[in-house]
Amino acid sequence: MSFSKSKGRTCSESCLELLSIELVHYYNSQNRAPPAASIEAIGFRVGRQLVERYTKDRPRLGEHLDVIKFICKEFWGDLFKKQVDNLRTNHRGTFVLKDSNFRGLTKLSVDPVLPGCPVSSPSASELAKDYLILPCAIIRGALCHLGVECTVTADATALPACDFTITIKMQR
Amino acid sequence: MNPGESINAELIVLTYGALVRQLVSDLENVASVNKQLDTMGYNIGIRLIDEYLARSKTSKCLDFRDTADKVAKVGFRMFLNTSATVANWNADSTECSLILEDNPLTDFVELPEGCEDLVYCNVLCGVVRGALEMVNINVECSFVKDMLRGDEVYEMRLKLLSHGAESYPFKDDD
Repeated sequence: MSFSKSKGRTCSESCLELLSIELVHYYNSQNRAPPAASIEAIGFRVGRQLVERYTKDRPRLGEHLDVIKFICKEFWGDLFKKQVDNLRTNHRGTFVLKDSNFRGLTKLSVDPVLPGCPVSSPSASELAKDYLILPCAIIRGALCHLGVECTVTADATALPACDFTITIKMQR
Repeated sequence: MNPGESINAELIVLTYGALVRQLVSDLENVASVNKQLDTMGYNIGIRLIDEYLARSKTSKCLDFRDTADKVAKVGFRMFLNTSATVANWNADSTECSLILEDNPLTDFVELPEGCEDLVYCNVLCGVVRGALEMVNINVECSFVKDMLRGDEVYEMRLKLLSHGAESYPFKDDD
């Protein structure tokens, strides 16, 4: 159906949260393919489609840094309601995006660690791992579609802050 | 009604689309995709009802007619930002249809060849069933008309199976 019809349409944020919970739940309960692969494939496709829509009326983004900045500001802003808080790079193809209050993880609840008790419950970053596959894949899909081949990993050791590391595949 | 946080619908619509696509390629036939979508919807519904109760500030439903009305007018509006009309009641007020003219989930969708039997929005049936089950109303729910398959509207048939009575004393949460 037409693009204009859906433009500006909104949904409750909880729809996406519930869908992503169910996605993780479903693929974790399947014992065939590794769960990550299917969620990856879903996210990758979504990222590509989204970025195509966002960039259709704007000039080509040239350098890698321009692309990454676009992702940090506009793309992130639209997806997660805020921009990336901090962007660092080693100038050799690795970028670290720090979101100090990552939207996708604000509702994750972690058992508090009691003093004197052996740690039995999974740590925050382990719990968050499954729920980060989708956002990572969306970002990778978006970057790939803008011509930046890369890998994206996330680290959520200090919830609700989250670091995303983008490593660009160097062309030989 | 508290509007809650809203997000760009494209994100959810495309994510759902990608999920359906993935299921179609993962599962062997369209019938099992339909079934899986319904199950996923059910799991979503049993969580979603909490948010509905917390945010909608609606009062207790008087009867099944009232329930259907609230699903159509308040529920769909709250989560998908669209609304349905309730129609085609049977004589005993146990069956009705929710008619959706505007369904954001299918904004970019066309059914490809080989998927003519796919009930793309089947997740919605599961959501309604799961959510109502959590408030002691057991329903059966399925799409009888589908715009993706050439009908002029989406029509979801809702059938009341049983209405669990709340018994006193109410069990407290542990």
